[in-house]
Amino acid sequence: MPEKLFRHVGKSPTRSEAIEKVSGRANYVFDLEFPGMLYAKVLHSPYAHAEILSVDLSEAKALTGVKAILTGEDLPYLLGLYMLDKGILARGKVRYIGEPVVAVAAIDLRTAEKAISLIKVDYKVLPAVLTIDEALKGEILVHKDINDLEYVKNVFFPQPDSNIASWNKAIKGDIKQGFAEADVIIENELSLPAVAHVPLETHVAIAKADPFTKRVEIWTSSQSPFGVRQMLAKALGISQGDVRVVVPHIGGGFGGKAGIHLEPLVVVLSRAARGKPVKIIATREEEFSQLPSRAAMRGRVKTGVKYDGKITASEITFDWDSGAYADYGVNVGRAAQYSGAGAYEIPNLEINSRTLYTNKVYSTAYRGFGHLETHWVIERQMDLIAQALKMDPYEFRMKNILREGSVTISGEIINQYSGRPDQCLAAVAKEIGWTGYRSKEEREVSFKTGKVRGKGIACLQKAPAMPSNTATSALLQFDADGNVRVMIGAIDMGQGAMTVMEQIAAEVLDMPLEKVRVSSETDTDKNPYDWSTVASKYTFMGGKAVTRGAMDMLSQMKEVASQILRCPVDELTHGQEKIFIRQNPHKAVSYQDIAMGYLYDNGNSIGGPIIGRGVYIAEGLTFLDPDKGQGLPALDWTFGAHGVELEVDVETGEVQILKISSAFDVGKAINPKLCEGQIIGGVLQGLGSAFMEGFKFSAEGRLLNPSFMDYKIPTSQDIPTIVVPILIENPQADGPFGARGVGEHPMISVPSVIANALYDALGINFYELPLSSEKIALAIARSEAEHKEPLSE
Amino acid sequence: MCENQSQHGPQEHCSTYIDSQQPRVFLSCWVNGEIISAQIDPMITLLNFLRQGLKLLGTKEGCGEGECGACTIIMNGEAVNACLILAVEAQDAEITTVEGLSTGGQLSILQSEFVSQDALQCGFCTPGMLMSARALLDRTLDPTDPEIKEAIAGNLCRCTGYSPIIAAISSTAKKEREERK
Ligand code: FES
Ligand code: FES
Repeated sequence: MPEKLFRHVGKSPTRSEAIEKVSGRANYVFDLEFPGMLYAKVLHSPYAHAEILSVDLSEAKALTGVKAILTGEDLPYLLGLYMLDKGILARGKVRYIGEPVVAVAAIDLRTAEKAISLIKVDYKVLPAVLTIDEALKGEILVHKDINDLEYVKNVFFPQPDSNIASWNKAIKGDIKQGFAEADVIIENELSLPAVAHVPLETHVAIAKADPFTKRVEIWTSSQSPFGVRQMLAKALGISQGDVRVVVPHIGGGFGGKAGIHLEPLVVVLSRAARGKPVKIIATREEEFSQLPSRAAMRGRVKTGVKYDGKITASEITFDWDSGAYADYGVNVGRAAQYSGAGAYEIPNLEINSRTLYTNKVYSTAYRGFGHLETHWVIERQMDLIAQALKMDPYEFRMKNILREGSVTISGEIINQYSGRPDQCLAAVAKEIGWTGYRSKEEREVSFKTGKVRGKGIACLQKAPAMPSNTATSALLQFDADGNVRVMIGAIDMGQGAMTVMEQIAAEVLDMPLEKVRVSSETDTDKNPYDWSTVASKYTFMGGKAVTRGAMDMLSQMKEVASQILRCPVDELTHGQEKIFIRQNPHKAVSYQDIAMGYLYDNGNSIGGPIIGRGVYIAEGLTFLDPDKGQGLPALDWTFGAHGVELEVDVETGEVQILKISSAFDVGKAINPKLCEGQIIGGVLQGLGSAFMEGFKFSAEGRLLNPSFMDYKIPTSQDIPTIVVPILIENPQADGPFGARGVGEHPMISVPSVIANALYDALGINFYELPLSSEKIALAIARSEAEHKEPLSE
Repeated sequence: MCENQSQHGPQEHCSTYIDSQQPRVFLSCWVNGEIISAQIDPMITLLNFLRQGLKLLGTKEGCGEGECGACTIIMNGEAVNACLILAVEAQDAEITTVEGLSTGGQLSILQSEFVSQDALQCGFCTPGMLMSARALLDRTLDPTDPEIKEAIAGNLCRCTGYSPIIAAISSTAKKEREERK
């Protein structure tokens, strides 16, 4: 594609909401108050699995200031994104420690807390399902009624009388044959614990239910206002028009705010409190232990390869310890079905991905869902195979990497517009000066200095996971002075959607950026529909919708200008905020003069307010066939790679990242600075998963680290010395200006690249996350003891 | 949207934490250059007094237990976690919140540098981050990178990866140094 000159696209204007945010004026739901507002608190289950025998509310009800108390028995509603398996409060049974059992709304938080402390619940404790193997055994069922649950058919596959919420399969070629052709077969097991999203603003929601009608209004820190509207309407049996969902700024999401969480609870409390507004703010502890996390996972992988490094077959089983409710978890499992082999061409393959119910806090989408996890398995396995073959892992990857003409595991053919994982890998390898694994001798020499260095590489891919009819829309309107207001349905949680959409609208309309503004609050009563702000899909889909909306404005303006200028539409063009005759540019009419309708000197007027409409619906996607997972699951793949150089202190096991370079084929960076922001931030989140984050549970299933004291996330002291983002631009033919999404991708494969580099440094392979310094120091000590010499293979 | 937001000054009602049945104590302090006098619940935290009482909503809460820095303000020249301090401890104190960083409708250099370096994404950590940075720069206009990292080590940010924040603080120091000359 010839390089076009753009006025706004490819530039990096500052984010449009930045001033609000640095001045402290940006409103979050956490900041909102309404007159007469009540505050809600919930009572949590102390047991992982128990029957609720009785609830005594008498004392709590008698407390002055308590306006509503509800238990699961009052709320015969079932919620779920893909499986209707969750009540608003536990009904009959509790399924994890932390599950809300009773909810109170009171005039202030203290009263609500007091009321909670006065509630008595009798439980009959049941044996719990706390591990993947217990879940698979199926002797105890988390959902006894699994056979009767309503779910999305042909996409998810719950197994009867089991804890398997969904079993998704991919079959390509013939693995028997593939393994028969292999010279070497390598099997490994890798795992990682559940982790938390940790948005700085915890989940918070306010609801106001009109006591005289079915109308409910909700203000929520959510990534999916339209999803909340739809699911809530369905659960309560009211129309979607009865539900208004408003989302102002949100303090981080990362997927954790993509489903429906606290919203239904405040709605029913507000109804019970005769329409008073009710607010609930999750405490940090609740954010960890009540609200959903990223699932733990165990991957078992068996790969057949030729001596020359060509992969012949791969068989992978992913088991997701997904907690008590399906939520997004089943879709995370499904992502492994079409993306679980990484950015490689595998001729013969079988993937089994099982999303399992367990009696732990449930899981949901988390930035790049499923992919950091599956890539932990795949990208480690790539290095482990290279080690077994005594091959350079770079060459080994390059031998198998997806290229034009390759067939993905779901049968999609990679074409010239699909992006180039090989270029990403080459770019990071060059950036870190990759020359292959160090030799044993080199390791031994540096070991004596007390600090050893190692380098690693890893690839990644992700496509947006979405229903095949995912849609979005945009409305663009002129103000009378010729400024443009763009209304979208997406949420800007810091990724910069507003800014990017402003750039795109201003580009298409050829206007100054300052004259285009995207509204920063999304209100389902006013803004046009968007499915959900997830999956790194918005630049692509929203970009298309805004482009179309802006083009719609241009064609409406040309219609009017054609009359004013007495010239056929096809002779007209635009620029400098004017519509003009191509051949005769001084014959022009300004946007401003047409914006609200054109007024002739004699008082006649024509046209009318210009309102552009742009929609986009995912094109050409198919359901995956249920037995083999073949089909077209996603719009676009964004490929990427990381290269890292790190230094390990052999005494303490502490690791310093000297340099991490991350390359992504973004097609076209609409705003390079925002892309780089996603990369720098995402990489550090990935380093959190790599080094420090992970839920720990007691034998009873209690989360042991539900606070920042015990659950550390990276601080300014944990950052890499250098991060080098690399943006590669092989345009996506159908992307807006060629762009693809990149919001989630930077954290994928970060743990893998770290463990790969640790092998290079230490000659030790790690199979479990997180790679804490204690774990590393212990492994070094063990390796020394075993070999009586440091760092042998 | 929030009917109470534009009002200023301590309020009797509309507060989650000011319990009308509690005894009151008298508090007087300086907040963003204005003298404040109020009857307050002796158990209210400074964070809640600022947010609920004074309606200064810029200061955020991310944990309520001193572990995230979202509530950082400057009190008598020190960056402190307002969620850990009782409002009564602020007797006669001089307090600056994010709302006090800019004057006369002009962003301060620090705020402008956060904007131009893209040192924020969701923005929820930003007010606290700015206050930790301000306290550092009030001590020294020549901070080293390790000093900057140390100054914001108690401020969690899940979005930015910190590097743009460090860059913004460092460029602010430079600009403020030049301005002083
Ligand atoms: S809210 Fe004060 S430190 Fe987290
Ligand atoms: S910008 Fe979101 S937490 Fe820092």
